[in-house]
Formats: sequence, structure tokens, C-alpha cells
Amino acid sequence: MIESQILLDPTAEVSPAKRQRVTPPDSLEGKTIALLDIGKRRGNVFLDRLEECMAERGLTVKRYAKPTNTKVAPLNVVQTIAMECDIVVEALSD
Amino acid sequence: MPTFQDGFIIVAKRECPTCELLESVYAELAAHDVVLSVFSQDDPSFPDSLNDVIDDTGLENSYSLDVETVPTLIRWKGGKEVKRAIGWNKTEWRDLTGINGLGGDLPENQPGCGSITVEPGMPETLAVRFGDTNLEARRIEVAAMEDDIEVGFERGWSDGLPVVPPTEVRVVRMLTGTTRDPAEVLGNIPPNLASCTVEKVAINAVMAGCKPEYLPVVLAAVEAALEPDFCMHGLLCTTHFAAPMVIVNGPITKAIGMNSGGNALGQGNRANSTIGRALQLVIRNVGGGVPGGIDRATLGNPGKLTYCMAEDESDPIWDPFSVDRGIASGKSAVTLYAAEGMLGNMGDMSRTPESLTRSLAMSLRVIGHPKKIQAHDAMIVLSPEHLRVYREAGWSKARALEEFNKVLTFSGADFIEGAHGVAEGISPDRADEQVSKFKPDGLNIVRAGGIAGMMSAIIGSWAATGERGSKLVTKEIGT
Repeated sequence: MIESQILLDPTAEVSPAKRQRVTPPDSLEGKTIALLDIGKRRGNVFLDRLEECMAERGLTVKRYAKPTNTKVAPLNVVQTIAMECDIVVEALSD
Repeated sequence: MPTFQDGFIIVAKRECPTCELLESVYAELAAHDVVLSVFSQDDPSFPDSLNDVIDDTGLENSYSLDVETVPTLIRWKGGKEVKRAIGWNKTEWRDLTGINGLGGDLPENQPGCGSITVEPGMPETLAVRFGDTNLEARRIEVAAMEDDIEVGFERGWSDGLPVVPPTEVRVVRMLTGTTRDPAEVLGNIPPNLASCTVEKVAINAVMAGCKPEYLPVVLAAVEAALEPDFCMHGLLCTTHFAAPMVIVNGPITKAIGMNSGGNALGQGNRANSTIGRALQLVIRNVGGGVPGGIDRATLGNPGKLTYCMAEDESDPIWDPFSVDRGIASGKSAVTLYAAEGMLGNMGDMSRTPESLTRSLAMSLRVIGHPKKIQAHDAMIVLSPEHLRVYREAGWSKARALEEFNKVLTFSGADFIEGAHGVAEGISPDRADEQVSKFKPDGLNIVRAGGIAGMMSAIIGSWAATGERGSKLVTKEIGT
């Protein structure tokens, strides 16, 4: 069994020990939003409706898809989203 | 902490020939009416003559007893040590045990072997294993499948290059490089003015790749950066290129293998590379000075990763820079300089000091901007072949600096705004003045470089110098 490792914090310890999530944006205005279909059944239904709602609000939306839900997204998909979009929404479904 | 029975304690290991030699002694002791506790560091079936050997392959007992040599015989009474014998000395063992004929046929004296507890790297490992480190830093747990190198990047601890994971063992080992208390506070690191202890510096020195013996240099560099005269906060925030450059003088440079020769400003020397990097990591991680955050450099310079060199003091013609700065001869010191990138000056035809001074001055004139006056300081890193020109002419450093200042004094008309079709410049009402490129004491010389090459480096300073910005700060290096 591989054991976890303990490191000593090199910082001033003013932020929590656990890594923080990226702060959500205050507004979606002017942002390009990626909708990522992870490849699981009926995820597209959710994303289609989300795209409709966002389009009604005049937001810019781009669609992306993973080949399969069983593996992490291929690097080219991740990089393309990072280059083209500001925010990403993934559809988790069953 | 383990406890021990009153009686006699022996710590031994099979790998030690002296320990093996004493098989008959162990048996003799066991045959007497004494309480005997024998701890084996490497093989619980050793000594073969005893049945109740205590397995100390985990080394907890040996560590607790502070055993440095095996065999060690200890007389234990009332919960504490009365006396110990180290290695085999027949008289000592007989006196300690009170058994007159002990080890009858054995040689009078046989030195022992090193205890496993003192093998390289082991003291730090055992201090961590038995919770004896007194380190205060927050522990960060890295999951089993996480790459510990990637952790440094993901948590923002890195300057863009991999950092050595700061494990407890590595930090304890780093702290062996100083006599200072890990809890000692050096000051508040800008920009967040976060309190910085010796321990935090040691953690960042580990990450930078330092060896423990470099730590006193890093500590002195951090202390120098904290001097108000150095103005580290402003230097960090500036849009200018500058970064703290560490110049090290004195015997420690040789002791820790710093480079003051070929490539002194380049790559390849661990001490040069990691000492400068450690200072930057302290500023980043403890102080919170991060590019794109408070660090607003327009371009920065490669020295913001690390900028550190030793002065070549081998030619006694000139005093070391640290001596010029008030440190006693023979002492080690760091000097911090708010430095931008370097400009090469390849003046390879000058054979007189007059010509060489004018040649170098041509490069010095453009520091900061060719039309700026007394806006920047400068450091000449003078190579051995250029130094030879001054040595052969018998010029002192003071004489050289005096001549530099003479040839770097110009008619103000060439430097006023608009002159030569360039908007940059000094006030037009100074056109009739004689203007000096540098402030008094604004130009300095250190010596370094390979033995071949008639070229020196000119390193300009931050745009804010002297009272309105950063001054050179020199600190003696402690222990």
C-alpha cells in the first residue's frame, strides 16, 4: 500500500490547508461558456436545455464532448476549452 | 517514550564485529543475578547466546537512550542512567558491572561501531518518527497517488520550476545547518508582512534545493531583504525588471562551494543557484509576493528565479566588497543589490586602465536609459583579465571608481529632454551643468569570472535607488 505523505507548509498559513476551488464569477455577462457532454446517456438533454436558456439570455455558449464518461477528458478537449472559454459546465447524468 | 528496567542495558547489532566478539560476555552477564536488557538494532536473533533479546530494529529504544556507538553498556537505576561504557573496554565493563572476571580472554580494548541511529540521514528520520522535531508549520497531507512534485505547482509554491517536496525529515535536516532556534522570528516578509521564522526559511530552502550548510547564507539574505533600507516591498511591486541579487563574500563561499569563477552569473553551481532561489521562494510563499499579484513587473528578468554569486577574493590587490561595506576582513557576509539583468561589455583591446575605464564607462552610460542621470546605480562585475589591467597599473579600487566618475561626467546639454531627438531626458534648465551619470556611491565593483576573457558585466539597479528606493544592504553571515 502506498502511504500518504506529510509536507510542511511553506506559506504564511493564511489560507486553508485544503486547496481552494476557483472562485465563481460574479456575473456571466461577456463570458464564453463551455458546455461539456461527458459522454453519459441523456447528458445532452440537460445541456440542450441549458444552452437554450443561456441563448435566451444572450450568453455565448460553445459545446464540447468527451469520447467516453469512463476516462478523464482528453488533453486536446481540456486545452481547447481553456483557450476558447471562461467557464465550463459539465453534465453529470444517469 | 520507552521505559527501562533497573539493571544493565546493552545495545548491540550483529553487523558490528565488536558486538559479535562479546557473545561470551553477554552469556556471562546473563548467568549472573542481574536484570539484563539487550537490544538488537538489526537482528532480534542476535546475540545468539541470549533468548530474550529485545527487538529494536525500529530503533526507538536506541534513539531514546541516545546511543551513538554499539555496543553500549548502560547501568540504569531509578528510571535514569547511572553510567555507560562505549565500545568494549574490559576494565570499564568490569567496573560498571562489578563482575571482576568479565570477558576473561578477550582483548583489553576493542572500539565499537556506529549505531544505526547515527547513520547518515537517520537522526532526522528518527526525530520525525518519534515526534521529536518541535516543528510548528502546518502539516499538509499529500494523498498516496498524488505526485509530490506536482503538489508544489498545484498549491502555488513553485516559481515555475519543480520544488523539492518539504518533508519533515528534509526540513529537520535543513535545520541542522544552523544553530538558530527554528521558532526565532526573523521579521515580517513583504508584501503581506507575514511573520517569518527560521523554520519557514528552512522549508523554503528545502524546496529551493539548498543543502543544510547553505542555510546561514539564506537566513542572512532574508534578514538583509527585511532591512528597511533595502525596500523589498517596493522592489517586489515595481513594474521595473529588478530583483534582489545576493553577493556573497568571505570564507563561507569556499566552504560551501560557491562559484565566483567561470559562469559565476550562470548556471551549474548548486549553492549559487539555490541560495538565490530560496530567498525568492521565501518572498513568494511567506510574503505572498506572486507575479500577477503584487509583483507587477512589466517583463521581469531571469534573475527573479535566482540571482546569486560569490565574489572572487583570490587577488588581494583589492579588498573584498564586504570589507568595503564595513564587514571585518575574514568574516562572511551577504550583500543584497536591487538588480536588473546584466549587460556584457566585451572590451578586449584595452591594456591601460585609462582605456579600460573609458571602455567600460561606455556601457555604464546607457544603464537605465542613455539619457537618464543619477536615476540608477550600477554594479561592475569585473573579470580577472580586466582586473589584471588595473593590477598591473597599480590602481586601487578607489582610484578606479574615481576615474569612472570622472569619465561619466558629461555636459548636461546632451541629456536634456528632446536632445538628440529623444523626448527622454533631464530638465532643459540643466543644459549648462556638468552632470554625473551616477550618484556618489552609486557605482560599485565586485570581482568574478573565469580566467579567460577580457569582458565584464554591468548590472544596473532598480529605477528607485538611494533614499527614494533601495540601498545596498550587507549582513554578516551567522551560524
